[in-house]
Amino acid sequence: MSFMKLTASALAVAAVSATAASARDQIQVAGSSTVLPYASIVAEAFGENFDFPTPVVESGGSSAGLKRFCEGVGENTIDIANASRAIREKEIKACADNGVTDIIQVRIGYDGIVFASQLDGPAYTAFEPADIYNALAPKVVVDGELVDNPYTKWSEFNADLPDSEILAFIPGTKHGTREVFEEKVLAAGCEATGALEAMTASGMSEDDAEDACIAVRTDGKSVDIDGDYTETLARIDSNANAIGVFGLAFYENNTDALKVATMSGVEPTTETIAAGDYPVSRPLYFYIKKAHLGVIPGLKDYAEFFVSDDIAGPSGPLSNYGLVSDPELADTQSMVADEKTMGSNM
Amino acid sequence: MTDASLSGPDSTPLPQGKTSLLAQDSRTKRRNAAEKRFRFYGMAAVGVGVLFLVVLLVAIVRNGTPAFTQTFIELPVQLSQEKLDPDQTGDPEVIKKTSTFGYNGMIDQALLDLMAAHGLDSPFDKGADLRKMISASVPAQVRDYAIAHPDQIGQTVVFKVLASSRVDGYEKGRVTREALARDKNLDAEHLDLVDQMRDAGILKRSFNLDFILGTDASESRPEQAGIGASMVGSFFMMLVVLFLSLPIGVAASIYLEEFAPKNWITDVIEVNISNLAAVPSIVFGILGLAVFIQFAELPQSAPLVGGLVLTLMTLPTIIISTRASLKAVPPSIRDAALGVGASKMQSVFHHVLPLAMPGILTGTILGLAQALGETAPLLLIGMVGYIASNFPDGIAAGFLDPNSAMPAQIYEWAKRADPAYYERAWGGIIILLVFLLTMNFIAIILRRRFERRW
Repeated sequence: MSFMKLTASALAVAAVSATAASARDQIQVAGSSTVLPYASIVAEAFGENFDFPTPVVESGGSSAGLKRFCEGVGENTIDIANASRAIREKEIKACADNGVTDIIQVRIGYDGIVFASQLDGPAYTAFEPADIYNALAPKVVVDGELVDNPYTKWSEFNADLPDSEILAFIPGTKHGTREVFEEKVLAAGCEATGALEAMTASGMSEDDAEDACIAVRTDGKSVDIDGDYTETLARIDSNANAIGVFGLAFYENNTDALKVATMSGVEPTTETIAAGDYPVSRPLYFYIKKAHLGVIPGLKDYAEFFVSDDIAGPSGPLSNYGLVSDPELADTQSMVADEKTMGSNM
Repeated sequence: MTDASLSGPDSTPLPQGKTSLLAQDSRTKRRNAAEKRFRFYGMAAVGVGVLFLVVLLVAIVRNGTPAFTQTFIELPVQLSQEKLDPDQTGDPEVIKKTSTFGYNGMIDQALLDLMAAHGLDSPFDKGADLRKMISASVPAQVRDYAIAHPDQIGQTVVFKVLASSRVDGYEKGRVTREALARDKNLDAEHLDLVDQMRDAGILKRSFNLDFILGTDASESRPEQAGIGASMVGSFFMMLVVLFLSLPIGVAASIYLEEFAPKNWITDVIEVNISNLAAVPSIVFGILGLAVFIQFAELPQSAPLVGGLVLTLMTLPTIIISTRASLKAVPPSIRDAALGVGASKMQSVFHHVLPLAMPGILTGTILGLAQALGETAPLLLIGMVGYIASNFPDGIAAGFLDPNSAMPAQIYEWAKRADPAYYERAWGGIIILLVFLLTMNFIAIILRRRFERRW
């Protein structure tokens, strides 16, 4: 029967492939979708300049990437996790439980987080963290009293802002960007408006007050976007009144549709972020499994290539794309060259 | 129910003598009007369907066709002897020592020379500013050529290089001077220069075969990206799906339909198969991650794993359609075969199966088409991202090396920041549709061949 033959040969192929699946010569990377563009640029240049195959870079978010990173050591686990935030204690512990003990942390540069709106929309040109807090927090201070957020228009709490409905598209909780948004904008605004003081005065413990500071209102004026920046852009496109949170590189690629607002009077550019003037920025990282160095061909070359001056320096392709070059790149380079793990750093 | 409502006191039948075959009575009129209305509703429904289809096709074709052409610039580059191979060894290993970054100076000079040679009025006196007009892939293109042709070093070679995505967008009407005012990737002066270069005949827009055959590119050079590698990935996945799900599916349905005793066990199996066909595909993705990658330790991002996952998803579809077409074969055929002394198995394989073949093939192709368009399960087994950047070398590598699939590649492109990738995503959809139409066409041909009448 020809069917029998087909089935038999198909099964044979599957069996042979399964046994041949032991050697891997590509570097496997997964993690933050913010780091993905940079990692793909490096991977492409790496494939062009070295005799190794181009590494595979998957996206999926910092947390998902680090989770896969911590699954264990071996060829069917990833070698590098990209992250738009530092690894957490909990994740280091999860890693250690699965035998991933020696982790090299590499900081590749800084990323700015910008507030942008439709090009022809209302004049959202200058924000303070306090404005964002007043617009998006569930509880705000009005006349010295902590009350449920009564505001529906920006001009109600800051006469300089446009008289239009509050609507903001912010990154969802699975994004590393959300953490920076909470820390550098909401928490700062909470303190600046006096809400933090009012909360502690009303008998809240300090931790509870800090948690309450970074909450956002749930009446539909603040919308979590779990997808990518393209989704935020599409929402902004159809809502003239809305503001959205983007990465600097994404904004710079879409200046034909978006206009950016200053934060605390500083315009976001690679220069202002590098100088530390623009307040909302965060470091980007990737994490290497030391156990895979020397096992997966080209892994160390890739890491060294990533942080080399040609790539991550101020005039390299990453900086052209929107990454803010790390002033301490030389330290990172020597750290990668010496394969210094996180434990030995602390 | 309309008839019932007509039987009121008004509509009592007319006395025998007053009806006429030529004049319609009110009841007939009403029935005819109802039929007309129904026909109109039907036509309206078909019309709305056709309208949506036309809008969809027009949108796809209009947004996608620009992706098939690309702007090229003819650039003569002098391959500098002292930079690449100062000792004139002609050894590719020596030439390889210069990285792609080392070629920037040569390309800057080539651009300046090009402006001077054609007498173009360029506001830029630095080559690095001119380099914004060409793709970041050019250094790699020149380097690959130098390594492959060591004898050409020291000569001037004319390269057909890609223009950058912004210049290409200007040629396609996507980028305007106003939009560039706040764009740091390109200035309006560049566009004036582009106009001059087009007039001088060194900048042309032509068909871009690399979009169909090429590999994926990074975020900074959409002009270089192609769908070819992911097409190969899809092809290998479809091979796995076809060679696993067709035999397993057909064997299972023949047994269930022709041989299995009818009892509660087969009933339970039957219900479960129907339910499996309705399970969301992402569930199969999670299953594939747990079983094939974490337990069986098959490689991540491999078309083999993708094919296995899609096989699980396709099996119920194939089993259901195969059983339906087996059922459609008249029992008289089986009875006749058994009557002349054929065994049960002979009657099935010699008579029933060939007659059911067209239906089985249709079901299989439908299942494959569904699997071809599936993205969700591939997300979980690592086939979405910057993956399809290498062509597999050889058959085994085709199954095992990381690769993407066409729908996953389109999804990835739609997510990327540069608007030029958006156009590529639409172009990718056109290619995916052509792929699907080809498969359906093959199905029709096979059906014609196997079709038998009785």
